[in-house]
Formats: sequence, C-alpha cells, structure tokens
Amino acid sequence: MKTRREFIKVSTIGVGSLAAAGGLLSSLPIKDIFGQSQKVENNKSNANKQFPTYCEICFWQCAAWVQTDENGEIKSVTGNVDDPHCNGRLCPRGTAGVGMYKDEDRLKNPKIRTTVNGKQVFKDVTWEEALDYIAVKMKKIKVEHGAECTALFTHGSGGKFLGHLLQAFGSTNIAAPSYAQCRGPREVGFIATFGAGIGSPEPTDIRNSRCLVLIGSHIGENMHNGQVQEMSDMIRNNATIITVDPRFSTAASKSKYWLPIKPATDLALLLAWIHEIIYNDYYDKAYIEKYAHGFAELKEHVKNYTPEWAYGITTIEPHVIRETAREMRNASPSVIIHPGRHVTWYGDDTQRLRAVAILNALLGSWGRRGGFYNPESLHLPNFPAPKYPKPNRDWRDAFPGKFNLAGLALASGVCDATVPSITRDCNIKGWIVNGTNLIETLPDQANTIKAIEALDLLVVIDTMPMEITGYADVILPECTYLERYDEIRTSAHRFPTFALRMPAHAPLYDSKPDWWIAKELGNRLGLSDYFAYKDIEEMLDWQLKSVGSSLEEMQKIGVKKFDREEDNLYSLNGEDYEFNTNTGKIELYSTALEEEGFDPMPKYTAHPEPEAGFYRLNYGRAPMHTFSRTANNPQLFELMEENVVWVNPKIAEEWSLANGQEVWLENQDGVVTEFPIKVRVTERIRFDSVYMVHGFGHSKKQLSRAYGRGASDTQLVTRVMLDPIMGGTGMRGNFVTFHTSKPEKTVPDSRKVESSKLVKEEGGKA
Amino acid sequence: MKEELIISGRMNPHVDPILNTWGWEIAFYLFVGGISAGLLFFSALYVIRKKEDIYPAAVKLAPLFVPIFLVLGLGALFLDLHHKLYFWRLYTTVRLESPMSWGAWTLMIITPLSIVWAASFVKEIWPKFNWWNIKLLNDIEKIVIKNRVSIAWPLIVLAVVLGIYTGILLSAFNARPLWNTSILGPLFLTSGLSTAAALIVWLSKSKIEREIFTKIDLLLIGIELFLITHLIMGFLAGGQVQVESAQIFLGGAFTTYFWVFIVMLGLIVPAVLEVMELYGFHIPAFAPSMLVIAGGIIFRFLMIEAGQITRYLY
Amino acid sequence: MRYAMAIDTNLCVGCSDCVVACQVENNVPVGYARDWVVEVTEGTYPNLAIELRSERCNHCDNSPCVRACPTGASHYAEGGIVLVTPEECIGCAACIESCPYDARFTHPDGYADKCTFCIHRVQNGQDPACVSVCPTTCMTFGDMDDPNSDISKLVKSRKSKVLAPEAGTNPNIYYLT
Repeated sequence: MKTRREFIKVSTIGVGSLAAAGGLLSSLPIKDIFGQSQKVENNKSNANKQFPTYCEICFWQCAAWVQTDENGEIKSVTGNVDDPHCNGRLCPRGTAGVGMYKDEDRLKNPKIRTTVNGKQVFKDVTWEEALDYIAVKMKKIKVEHGAECTALFTHGSGGKFLGHLLQAFGSTNIAAPSYAQCRGPREVGFIATFGAGIGSPEPTDIRNSRCLVLIGSHIGENMHNGQVQEMSDMIRNNATIITVDPRFSTAASKSKYWLPIKPATDLALLLAWIHEIIYNDYYDKAYIEKYAHGFAELKEHVKNYTPEWAYGITTIEPHVIRETAREMRNASPSVIIHPGRHVTWYGDDTQRLRAVAILNALLGSWGRRGGFYNPESLHLPNFPAPKYPKPNRDWRDAFPGKFNLAGLALASGVCDATVPSITRDCNIKGWIVNGTNLIETLPDQANTIKAIEALDLLVVIDTMPMEITGYADVILPECTYLERYDEIRTSAHRFPTFALRMPAHAPLYDSKPDWWIAKELGNRLGLSDYFAYKDIEEMLDWQLKSVGSSLEEMQKIGVKKFDREEDNLYSLNGEDYEFNTNTGKIELYSTALEEEGFDPMPKYTAHPEPEAGFYRLNYGRAPMHTFSRTANNPQLFELMEENVVWVNPKIAEEWSLANGQEVWLENQDGVVTEFPIKVRVTERIRFDSVYMVHGFGHSKKQLSRAYGRGASDTQLVTRVMLDPIMGGTGMRGNFVTFHTSKPEKTVPDSRKVESSKLVKEEGGKA
Repeated sequence: MKEELIISGRMNPHVDPILNTWGWEIAFYLFVGGISAGLLFFSALYVIRKKEDIYPAAVKLAPLFVPIFLVLGLGALFLDLHHKLYFWRLYTTVRLESPMSWGAWTLMIITPLSIVWAASFVKEIWPKFNWWNIKLLNDIEKIVIKNRVSIAWPLIVLAVVLGIYTGILLSAFNARPLWNTSILGPLFLTSGLSTAAALIVWLSKSKIEREIFTKIDLLLIGIELFLITHLIMGFLAGGQVQVESAQIFLGGAFTTYFWVFIVMLGLIVPAVLEVMELYGFHIPAFAPSMLVIAGGIIFRFLMIEAGQITRYLY
Repeated sequence: MRYAMAIDTNLCVGCSDCVVACQVENNVPVGYARDWVVEVTEGTYPNLAIELRSERCNHCDNSPCVRACPTGASHYAEGGIVLVTPEECIGCAACIESCPYDARFTHPDGYADKCTFCIHRVQNGQDPACVSVCPTTCMTFGDMDDPNSDISKLVKSRKSKVLAPEAGTNPNIYYLT
C-alpha cells in the first residue's frame, strides 16, 4: 500500500537523533566519500580577488564580478560594465547576491524521506546514498512505465544539465513555469504575427524609443534591469510613456498618460486603438503594404471597436483613447507597445498579445529603431554526446489535439499529466524539480499536491528549503551560483555576448552544482557517454576553444563581446524580408490560429466580475524580490520583509480597515490565506480590486525569516482561466474578500483543500 | 490623501518607526538636575541673605540631598551613554555650541562643590559627627564654613546655569520642534525651583519656613502656568511643525497625560492645597509637595517622549 | 570644495539598490540602514502623483549634529563631508536627536553612525556606492564648488529642492523635481 506523502514542515533527523530514536536505521557514514568538503581556510588563496559570474537571482542574468575579502570570503557582487544586460549596474537583488550565499537557512545536506515511528521525516544521507536512491527509483519507473514517464521542472541555469540528463534518459517532459504561467502567450501571439517570439531579454529598443506603451507591465517594480535602465533613458529624453494599469504603478507615476483601466478589459482598449490607428490612417502604410498580410480583413474586423464602444467597457474616456493613439502615431515607428512578461491573466491572453503584436505591426515598430531590434547571439556547440533516444509519448498525450501552438512544455500541463487518469496510459511518475517552488508557482495548489501524491519519485534540487522540498522524496542541496560553474550565457542582444559564471568560493556545506549532480546521476543510469567530460571546466574550455576563445580568457574578462554578423539591427526599413509565418508576411490575420480552429483575429470577450463584497486579486512584483525565492535572503528581507494588501481608502472605510491592520483574505472558492496580511490603505489602487506582491506567506518553518510573513497570492489562485490556444494558466480571475479575524470555517491547511470547488474555465467561454 | 512611506524597510533601532533614542535616563537626569539646581539656589541665596536660622531646612538640610541627586543623575546619564569607555572624551574639549558639553562641565564643577557645600552643614544636623577624626577633612570643613558666603555666590550662578541647562539641552535641538523653543530654559528652571521649594516645604519643621516656601512655590507655579500657556500659544502661532507640536497636547497622543498629570495634579491641585494651607486648613505637608515633585518628574518624562515624536519630515 | 549629491526623483523607481549597496560596501550591521527610500503619494484616485527619494545624511553646511556633539567626534571632513570618529564618540545620542532627517543611529558598537558619502571611495576617485549601482542613474555626486562639475550643471539647469529647508541646515542633497 502506498503511503500518503506528508508535507514535512521541519523534521529532519540527523545522525545523532537517529541513534536516539532507538537504532531503527543503521548509522550513516560521516565521511564525505567524494572528498568535496572543502573548508573555508582553503580559500585564503582567493583573498582580495574578483571572479566573473552572471546573476542567478532572476532570469535577466546580468553579468557581474564577485569580490572576495582578505580572508577569501565572498564580500560583494557588482555589475560587469561590458555586459549589455546590466551595463555595470546590478539591481538590488543582484547586489544582494551575497545574501543568497550567506543565508544560514540554506539546504545543507542531501536528505531522503523516511518513516520513523510512523512519522515521516527526512534523514540526512550522503550524496552517494541519495544519488543511488534516485537512480534505483528512476530505473524502476523506466521498467514499469517507461523513461518518458519522468519530468523535469526547472527555472535556472542548472536546468540545462538536468534537461540533458532527462533527454538522455528518454523523456522530453522538461518544463519551466516561466512559459505557461508567465510569458507563453506572448511568445505564441508574436510568433503567430511575426513568425518570431520575443525571448529574453526582450529586444525592445526602449532607449531609442519615443513612445512606450505599458499594459499591465510595471517596469521599475519588475526589476528587469536593462529595461529599467532604458526606461530611465527615455524619461531623461522626455519621451512619452503611456501606462495602462488599474493600479497607479511606479511606471504610471512616470508616465505622461496613465489610463486607470477597469481590470480585465485591456483587450477592448487595444482593439479600440487598432480601430483608431486604422480608421485615421495613422498606420505605417508602406510598411503594412510591403510586409503585412490580412490588413483588409483586420480593418473590417475592428470596424465596430470604436473608442466609444471601448469607453463603456474600459472606463477610459474616448478622447483619451484618441489622444494616446495619436501619440503613438506621432512617435511611429519609434514606438513600443510593450509585450510585457507575465501575461497569463484571463485565458484569452494569446489573443490579447496578438492585439499587442498587431498594434506594433500597424505602427511599423517591429524591426525598427526605437521599436523592436533584431537580436543576435552566438551559439556554442554542444559537447559531443550520443543522440537522445526518441520517446514516443510525452505530456501532450494528456491533452490530445490541444495546445499544438505551445512552443514549450507547459509546467501546468506536465502537472496535469501527472494527476492519474483512467483515460490515458501515460501518467508521469517521477519528477525532478530544480530551482522552482512549484507550490507557490503553479496555480491551483490542490491540483499540484494531487499530482505530487501520485508520484513514485520526487527529487527536489534547490538552494533553499522552499515549500516544494516538504513534498520531496529526496532533497539535493544545490550550491548557489556564486559557488559554481554553469554553461556559458549566450543570450541574444543588440550584439552577441558570452558571459562566464565561475565559483568565487568552494560550495558551502555539502552542496553541489547541478552539472555535477547531472553527471553523477548519468553515470548511475548508464548514461556516462552523454557526460564524457571529466568536469565542467573541460567542457566549457572545449566549447569556448571551438569559437576561438578559452576558459582562461573568459575567467579574465567575464564578458566577451562579438560584432554582429550583419548590420541588420533594424532590418525592416524597406528591405525584402521573409517572415517565418505561413504567408511569409506579418500576419495581421493569423492563418496558423485559423488552422487550429481559433479566431484568426482577436475578439473582445467579457470576463467574470467580482460579486458584491469581493475584489479582483491583482498581484505583481516588488523591485526587491524575485517571486518567492528571495523572501528569505537576509539582505532583501531587510528591504521588504512581507507583502501588504493594497486597499482603496473608500473600500477601507466601508470595511473599517485601518492602515497596518492584519486581515485574512478569502477567495471566491472559500480558500483563506494561511497567514494574515497587513492592509495598506492607498489611493494607488482602484476600488474594484486589491493588489499584493507575489511571493510571500511562506509556510516552511525552515525559512526562518520568511516564514509566515505576509500572505501567498498563489494560495488564492484556485480559479484558473485556461488559454485554449497554448495552455497558459490565466490567474487574474480570482476575487477576494476580507476577514479581520481568522475565520473558523477555514480548512486548516488550505493547501490541502479538495479541488471539487475549483472551476477550470476555458478562456473566452466565460 | 498624502501617503509617506519609507519603502526600503528602514528599521534603525530607537530611530524607527519613531525616535526614542533618549529614554528614562535623560528624563531622570533632567529632573534631578533641575531639583538640585533649585535646592542649591535656595541654600546659597539664604546663606548670602544670612537667613540660615530662619530657613534651616532650605539652607542646611535640603543641600544634603543634592550630592545624592547629582550622583544618581550622573549615573543615569552614564547609563545612557552607548560608548561608555570613551566617557572621558567629554573632558578633553570644551564645545560651547554643544549643551551636552556645557552640562558636562557644569556638573563637573557643581557636583564636587555641592558635596563640599552639603558637607559643611553635616555637623549642624548631626552634631556628634566628627569626620572620623581625620584632620584634613576637619580643616577643609573649617575653611568652607568660614568662606560660605564667598562660595555661595558662584554656587548660585552655577545653580541657575544648571537649571537653565536642563531646558536648553532640549531646546537647542532644532530638529525636534516641541523642544525647540526658548521658553523651555526658563520653564525648566522654574519647574526645578518649584520642585525644590516643594521638597523644602516637605522637609521643613518650621512654620515660618513652610509658609514662606509655600508662597514661593505658589509664585513659581503661577510662573510655570504662564510659561506653559506661552509655550502653547507660541507653537500655535508658528509654522506647521510647531502647530503639530502643540497638537500633541491639544487632542494628540499626550493630551491626557499633560493636562491631567502635569497641569492638574502637578500644578493646579497642589496650588489649591497650598492656598488652603495658607488660609489655615490643615493640609499634610507631604501632599502638595509630593504632587509638585511627581508633576516635575512626569513633565520631564513627557517632554522627552513627546519631543521625539515631533519632526520635520514624514 | 563642497561635495553634494543630486537625485532625480523623476528617474528613481524606488528599487532600494542604493540601500543594499551601502550595506554591503560599508558593512552596515544587520537591521540598520544608512540610506533609505521614501515614497510620497499625493492626490485622489485617479489624479495622483508619486515622488520617490533616496535619502541619507545631507552633509549639511550648517550641521546641527556637529554642533550638538560634546566631544568633537562629529566633524566636517574634506569637502564638507560630515563624519563621526568612533574613538571620540561617547554615544550620548545628542547628534541623533539633533538631526532633522533622522539620518543617524547608534551603531551596535556604541558610537553614532551614518552615511559617510563613502569618503573612502571618493578619495579614490570613485562615486559613493549608492551612486555607482543605481540602475536608473538617478544620482549624481560631485563638487558643487566646481561650476563645471556634472552636479553643478545639473542643479543649475533643473528645478530642485532640499529637504526641510526650514530647519536651516543648508543640506547638500538636492532633489531634482
């Protein structure tokens, strides 16, 4: 009989306490068989040096230098001036990189779930034991279900090695929540229009732009470094910023126009803008004639989407819609309707992003100075390895005929494909989760936990005891980015660059880098041919030498800049160009969407509204934190130790809520936040919604600082509005109400609520 | 609506969310400084005026408390210092712009002087005390007794300086609008004299002395009430931060404490009791005295607390 | 020479990188901050304005803290930078009480502590740490006595204000508005 997987909050049994438990388990070898336990004294030779790295605290991956002090201890991290991601200036999180390294709550040893006296606990084990255990379990899954019934969830650099391992093992179920829970609809919407996605960093030529339109994108609160820097350049140049947001965001406060839109109506505004731009002949005629497909259809399609029509939906006055459309025209083609990043809101997100793409196309900003530049990168060859086996099944089998346009695996899809179902034979049985706290990342926590309960193996590789580790069978402590090599960063930018990450200190505690974990697991799974290098230095040196550089050179310079191959940063100034779409043109009318049975052009559909006494839950970012992963960083914790819920003064008065008062939030499905959250009474939020920063309300006690601070918005996202086109999980359709004392009827741990109440809505239907 | 927030999470201990760097130590120090100044003032005054025998409690008995008060006050001040090992740095320089420096030097002089002064009266109180037969001490005593009037003059000046200093220590802080008023010096001096007079009334066994010091105290209470009115009127006539300072006592956080404990119980009620006493009602001496002294203590504590709330920014 | 800082409130996004950079550079003890960021929101939805200001010791020309100090531990160093010599400080906190900006605090070791304009960096020709990291480059540091310095030109060409001018401290941090 299968034991139910319990969420282990704190219990860890070390060697000593096991003996006290009555010798149930044989005592564990203390010696580290890999001889990896380097001590700090060994680092004297590293005194007062600097080592290149690129930041791992967010996905922007700014290149930096790590400075050590007179004892060889890591002292500070500062930006690398040669890096176009950061131009020598890190954001607060990057500057606080040392805090991630020094966090005393880090995972320190490998652990395996075990049962002692009927209670599930983790016991400390050696790396050899942990890796052997995983290998045995993975082989068992392969025999019983097939290798393709394993999956990897990853967010971070180490995922490349683990992904390589999984593919070598025979599975392509490799998902990052950054797709279906974040930017997926943007990629699909832009691919459908321009035949090219946006990627990261976004190729937005903000610093040269004369008009930037932000729709629900709060640059400055999201600390996407290069974009923040370039928006600052724009402000300095007195360029126009138009911000559409129900909340008076920092960006809104810097804008010439702030459009305080009614939440969930953005698509109506976009369509009205398209209408204005077409019917006033504001669009770039030559550009559209040369590059676009379906203009006539689009013109007909938006005929009735007038500013007056949009006013009734968005509450934005027609003259403001007209004026802002004119501003865009005046700046065209140096105008950016920003594609945003986290765009999984209402389930019709791909269509909304299509409207954004269409607007950019009409204004001729794609491929133009001050619009979207043509990014370039230089790719490094992979270290020689055998071909991957081709699995005959993957997570998509759980969704026959659906999400064909999803370019990457859906983390939520892989999760759903894990929840047992009698209608399909491929149930995923093993997960490796690396650097992503799925509990706080995927919406509908009850569903995530249901999937986890069906697993035969859950391996969590992380630096911190995040919530997901409480569900693991095996926990592997990853060393931080300051203690390891990773693959060369080869991201696309205005010009190609390489950036190196190398250790500035030996890994603290008994932590290891992912490349090593992947290689060791590979060896145990009979896949050593795929890891034919002695160590990562050999691999990196081989890769770099193949393009005329070397590891030694990169260790000195950190960032290597290359010239562009072609002078085509802004490529669409009348030159012939074939887009990677069915028609070879910019598809205002999407033939690809039509083929899949979706609307070829975006249509407005109304979304559910909160009932009386409920407010739409909006969530977002603070510049001091990256999701839930930095909440315990000692330096960033000092800047912001908890989130607060923003409430309009009128609503606060109605509910008699005082500034700083603690409340519990309950959503439309009766789910109540595990922890209370303080009220911030502020004019910066509309009366029909509340706002909180994502990533707080941690329930893991080992996060000694972050535990119980603020509330988790993810907990309240039980209603998911699924994007039928690519499977994005729209999360902005949840409504909350206030409780001034902890309501008694709450389920003790709302993370374990049964999902019977949960509504899965198909986008657009609602 | 105006919302002012420190968004970078600043939580400097004793500065955030509201300043409370100075606590009971300074309040206590200011109180004992004030009452000591008053006691020395009266003692020296009546020595000069040759009224030792009419006012024995004021001249001879009360000064015996002063060294104890001052040493306790210095002890409290020392407790308040956070870098204690560097205490001696106070006496390596004279900084005229710094009331703290002033105070340190004044106390440096007045404390030993008050010990000598008090010591010279010991035998008058306990005639059998003979300084353990140490000749040097007896010689010093003789010199002091002989030169009492000459010592009284600098002592009276120093006492006034000390009394005013207890107010100026606070009023010199431009940054704290509630303190930053020139009335605070005279007010604290008056309060110091009043508490001293009250203590003398309490200590005195002589009817004449009690009566005269009751009258003195009444006069001082009157002056204090006048100065307090003046203080609040002055704030209300000032800029925004000054008006906000007055609001602390006019509906703000310290309204009850101020009006009930300081103005009513610390000034008006004892004044009424003292008037009744003068009109022949039998009022136990300790009652008005204790109220005045308690009012004086609470007043210092309240000014320290409330002053640190008042500020220019957010 | 008069060192000063000009901070463009229109560029600042309030990210607080300046605060972390200072803490790292100056080993500011955990739980303390020598600089901080203030957000002021005025108006009623939807007619609102926000001002964001990175704040720290104003290194005033007429520093009440220097005046309040009984030992001379608080003093003016080169370029008018106001510093504290820990070995002369008795920890009486008079300077903390005297500062209208609440820029000072008692260091856990007992002495009064605050922003030094990173004088150790300035003497090496570098900007203070906060200025050097700011992603928006909203801060400019330099010599106000040099008419050709970036800061002089910036303060001359833009509208600016100082904090609590009515306190009469003549502060040296200018907020460009």
